[in-house]
Amino acid sequence: MEYCIIGNSAAAIGAVEGIRGVDKKGTMTIISDEPYQAYSRPLISYYLAGKVAEDKMYYRPNEFYKNMGVELLCGSGAGKLAVREKTVILRDGTKKRYDRLLIATGGKPFVPPIKGLEKENVHTFHKWDDVKSLAEELSAGCKAVIIGAGLIGVKAAEALLCLGVEVSIIELADRVLSSVLDEQAAAIAQQVMEEHGVKFVFGDTVTEVLGEGRVEGVSLKSGNKMECDMLIVAIGVVPNTDIVKGTGINVNRGIVVNERMETSVDGIYAAGDVAEGKNLLWAEQRVIPILPNAYKQGETAGVNMAGGNNSFTKGFAMNSLGFFDFKMTSAGMQGGEGYEEIYTLKAEEKFYRKLVIKDNRLMGFIALKNIDRTGILTGLIKDQVEITKFKEALLKIEPGFAEWPKELRKERMLS
Amino acid sequence: MKRVYVREEYCAGCGLCQVHCITAHSEYKGDIIKAYKKSFPRPLARVIVEEKRPLSFSLQCRHCEEAECVKACITGAMQKDPATGIVINDTARCIGCWTCVLVCPYGAVRRDETLHKVAVKCDMCAEAGGVPLCVENCPNGALEYREER
Repeated sequence: MEYCIIGNSAAAIGAVEGIRGVDKKGTMTIISDEPYQAYSRPLISYYLAGKVAEDKMYYRPNEFYKNMGVELLCGSGAGKLAVREKTVILRDGTKKRYDRLLIATGGKPFVPPIKGLEKENVHTFHKWDDVKSLAEELSAGCKAVIIGAGLIGVKAAEALLCLGVEVSIIELADRVLSSVLDEQAAAIAQQVMEEHGVKFVFGDTVTEVLGEGRVEGVSLKSGNKMECDMLIVAIGVVPNTDIVKGTGINVNRGIVVNERMETSVDGIYAAGDVAEGKNLLWAEQRVIPILPNAYKQGETAGVNMAGGNNSFTKGFAMNSLGFFDFKMTSAGMQGGEGYEEIYTLKAEEKFYRKLVIKDNRLMGFIALKNIDRTGILTGLIKDQVEITKFKEALLKIEPGFAEWPKELRKERMLS
Repeated sequence: MKRVYVREEYCAGCGLCQVHCITAHSEYKGDIIKAYKKSFPRPLARVIVEEKRPLSFSLQCRHCEEAECVKACITGAMQKDPATGIVINDTARCIGCWTCVLVCPYGAVRRDETLHKVAVKCDMCAEAGGVPLCVENCPNGALEYREER
């Protein structure tokens, strides 16, 4: 059996480990367009800030590929997929035949057509090379504008602040981190970021990048102008589905996969930020672009590619996010109409804990400042446990099992 | 694999499991007084004790077959040893992002921010070998080290 994996991040590594759990012999090839062994994408902001050294960036040990019997083709990247011939054609012309293929090409930064965006000093914040090139242009005291106050924009801002850069964030929505925090939580998070020196402009966006060759400033939709030495586009990430264009593989927002991570074409699987799969909380299929989801989808795909039988349908959004020493965790849904919401808010202490409940089951939570043991909440979402008898206790600073009915406690605690 | 199981009916809430856990993870193994008086910073207990009198019990990492913390770890620091089944965090690679705290359904991963940020958790006293010290030192037999029944 010949396995081929396009992409070399969490989903790909999950697949390698999934395949090798079932098939010790088949040959495996990974095709990557980056010149590195698998590294941790979420660590790029830490690398930029100087908090993580080069040798600590790698997601698996040096000998991983050798031990797993994987040939890593890195640099050129996959250019074309010939489905009928079961062949991947690399950009350098090399052809790679496969019996089973996994597409784990991840996401790519969404960059809208903004006038003047082709200038030097415009960056995205997605890959290791993005922050390497950014690092070369930085100096303490220079001014950066970041478009987007989502997870990427916020982590980019933190790293730049560590380096003494003046940071302004322009966000079209009315709050920070709108995909993971509700309004009350976002207000606290914004305050924390402002205390660290971030300047915010909400409800506005960049319409033109100013400067001759290099970025010197931006014009906003409101008519305001801001000076800056560099611009970071952190609006969002979209599934990188380029490779499947014209192949007949079913694509909606991402590559559509079933619970086994199979695409619409026999023998071809997809996993990670490129895949749109079944999930726990939403009726419709979704792309859930977080690392734990990517690993699990990749692992599931790998097991199935090797002839095993595994399914993954329990994905949902979850994030642990730090801003300097301020801690935030959240998972699942944010609530709204049709949901029961119970919360504790102590704005002056920056403490917030919210539970989102539907049909006596936990559908989501947000925890600010104190995040210890919030994994218990994530577990309750995942397993859709009936929580009526102890839901108030879950608002405690540190949730635990003591308030649970004895039988449920023993069942869940000691498995 | 053998795991630690609590029998809450026998737990007196004395906290000796934590005392011995701290000692076992200090530089003064086997010497409680030195571990408490001389270890700076004093290690965190990897075992959690919950109390709601008269109920009390201790809880530590379950070393799950399908370990959420391992799959979710963004650095690759959290790994399950294929030979022993023990889930160990490589603190040299951990950066304290607390994704493991977010995903552990037992709430069994602790934050240690005393020196640099690292996640700490039960390692089954693997270095010392034998029965984990929380079990060995529980005065009331409330902790068992055994195969799943």
